[in-house]
Amino acid sequence: MDWQIRDDAPIYSQLVTQIKLGIAAGALSPGERLPSVRDLATEAGVNPNTMQRALQELERQGLVYSQRTSGRFVTEDTDVIENAKSSLADEQVRSFLDAMARLGYLRDDILRLLEARIREESGNGEL
Amino acid sequence: MVNFECRALSKNFGHVQALENVDIRVESGRVVGLLGPNGSGKTTLIKLANGLLTPDSGEVLIGGMAPGPETKAMVSYQPDRPYLPQWMKARELIKFYEDFYPDFDTARALDMLSRLGVPSDRRIKQMSKGTQEKVQLILVMSRRARLYLLDEPIGGVDPATRDFILDTILRNFDENASIVISTHLISDVEKVLDDVVFINNGRVMLQSSVDDIRERNGMSVDALFREVFKC
Repeated sequence: MDWQIRDDAPIYSQLVTQIKLGIAAGALSPGERLPSVRDLATEAGVNPNTMQRALQELERQGLVYSQRTSGRFVTEDTDVIENAKSSLADEQVRSFLDAMARLGYLRDDILRLLEARIREESGNGEL
Repeated sequence: MVNFECRALSKNFGHVQALENVDIRVESGRVVGLLGPNGSGKTTLIKLANGLLTPDSGEVLIGGMAPGPETKAMVSYQPDRPYLPQWMKARELIKFYEDFYPDFDTARALDMLSRLGVPSDRRIKQMSKGTQEKVQLILVMSRRARLYLLDEPIGGVDPATRDFILDTILRNFDENASIVISTHLISDVEKVLDDVVFINNGRVMLQSSVDDIRERNGMSVDALFREVFKC
């Protein structure tokens, strides 16, 4: 995974989001065994306690589960994964709308720009 | 378990109050950043912990004991300036440490030496400042200590080596140990720290976890430090 830690938010919550993104986007498949806390922490370049906290939060949200002896796994419950995916998508939309509002765009302009962009990208075969 | 503790610790040098009423607790498994501007008392604190200075009042405890021969066996210390004998070769130093410290892991030291590309048959005086620092840190981190006290450990090395060193620290230290890193290169170490202690003019200004600072202030520890200690 490609880990990126920004400056403006707690590290553990960014780890939660990034692992969630990995699960939602299928980079981590349902039922897949996760690397150990220490390996994940080293990979992300963060403190193991911080990674541990992020995984506990993901466990609380039902996206991963741990088995006493064999480690942590991605949930096999596809409903939970779908929900995580749509809440991440919702966050993206909301932050996009916020940014557009700050630029002074209103509803109709935003829709027009979006449609034009989508047309252009599907013309290029990207969408 | 508490590996390192200062209780109402004070130290004067003549009329200069270097540390005043400092209280710090470092539990096992924690990596703590000791952060402060130049002359704030970081090195004095670390020297007190090593028994190189004695407190005027208050106490320093390593695993519950005052600094002495038993605590020195538990503490791996990286001083803030070069201390390695100039005539020795890296290989000889590893042997030297192996003889001196029962907790020294020779295989780990040799592995780090080769991974950092330090020629083991070169004398310290033939090495650049950065390479000498690498050797020092390899020796310090190759002990299986309870407490690592690192005084400005990454100041002289390039960013890629810094990453490797921090990575090495995270990979190797076990959950019963603690690390105290004094530094002003905060953005480089921030992600590997559990907690930070801000110290200024010999006093503790702030003790907090990294994520609590980010949560409360909406900014990194590095940004907060720049704001608090703005000149």
